[in-house]
Amino acid sequence: MPKVHDRGGWPTGEAIDMNDHPPMDWEIRLNAIRQVLGQKGLLSSDELRRGIEAIAPGRYETLGYFERWAESIESLLIEKGVLAADEIDRKMADFEGGNV
Amino acid sequence: MPGPAATPRFQPGDRVRVLSLNVRGHHRTPWYIQGKTGVVERLHGPYLNPESLAYGASGLPPQPLYLVRFNQSELWEDYSGPRSDKLLADVFEHWLEPASDAPAKVSTQDERSSP
Amino acid sequence: MSSHDHPHDHGSGHPGVSQDVEPGLHALRVKAIEALLVEKGVCAPGEIQRAVDAAESRSPADGAKAVARAWVDPDFKARLLLDAKAALAELGYEAAASLPDVVVAENTGKAHHLVVCTLCSCYPTWLLGRPPDWYKSLAYRSRAVSDPRGVMREFGLELDDDVEVRVLDSAADIRYLVLPMRPRGSDGLDEAALAKLVTRDSMIGVSNPLSPEPALAG
Repeated sequence: MPKVHDRGGWPTGEAIDMNDHPPMDWEIRLNAIRQVLGQKGLLSSDELRRGIEAIAPGRYETLGYFERWAESIESLLIEKGVLAADEIDRKMADFEGGNV
Repeated sequence: MPGPAATPRFQPGDRVRVLSLNVRGHHRTPWYIQGKTGVVERLHGPYLNPESLAYGASGLPPQPLYLVRFNQSELWEDYSGPRSDKLLADVFEHWLEPASDAPAKVSTQDERSSP
Repeated sequence: MSSHDHPHDHGSGHPGVSQDVEPGLHALRVKAIEALLVEKGVCAPGEIQRAVDAAESRSPADGAKAVARAWVDPDFKARLLLDAKAALAELGYEAAASLPDVVVAENTGKAHHLVVCTLCSCYPTWLLGRPPDWYKSLAYRSRAVSDPRGVMREFGLELDDDVEVRVLDSAADIRYLVLPMRPRGSDGLDEAALAKLVTRDSMIGVSNPLSPEPALAG
């Protein structure tokens, strides 16, 4: 049985939805973060894909494309010791609480 | 591409079968071509191995990468298009083995064409 | 908010939508990651913005320029099909060594190419810009390989049975760009006018270039 990302030929009656959502700022910035980290040798496309493929199958199917990227990149940065999980949490809380 | 590469084992026109390797981790060979026979369409050249790169390793030694052509009717039981339709996919050399030229081998895979 | 789950610890009880399952959460996460990367000196201030600007400067007009040149210059077309990166450099598209290699697949009266990436969403972004949502959708990734004619029909492209459909699953390091057929009735157009007929979708292969008639009628 193929893994959830190995999508070719999966039975689906779904039509192709040709509506394109306008890119959100965070998606554009995440794409750029990935490129910069790649240029620095800190995160390759192959690692990004491995991180995406590690997302639980049910979650993989419900997340948007860049949401998968965000989760993969966060996990990889933590795995590599570039960032710590708790400092990301703290920074998010700071932004959310308006403490910055 | 960096690093020395082995001499490619296959050339355009060669018949090849895609292996069903039990790779648990990251790899780039789609499930639906595994075990299928095709023809080398193009040799792209040596590329770093994604199965190693995905874990932060060097990807060395580079692996020859091929574009392999398959008959759609041999990939999908219920393929509705003409029998001439093709599918082409990039496959690394360590996922390929030589396949016989004998056409009988191909037709036995396609049960619908049995008389 | 005191704390939140680590992303991979979430359960699977999410609604079956494909965008924004947790509105704002991923945006906040990315904002935090960017701020920390700069604070810790991993990225220099402005570095990420420069990458944003570089990515945003790319669009299907880049690929269209190459297609139009190939239509008017057979020698360029031959070079483009043989070694796309080198030929594209002639047009001013210098590809960094780190960028994926590009292979151009030529459509003819006998063969029509369609590009997909079933494993993720590989796309020639430095020639086409940002991929459309549908290219990244699970429906396209599953159906483009097993039902390409059905998919193209949804895009309004019906091909005769004597045209061989050739689906390219860009599963590894190569990004594919389709060189569509030059439309009938475009003989009198110059390169710039031809480039305007070359749509993003025609370079993915789900449709053909625009026909010149509406442009001339205006």
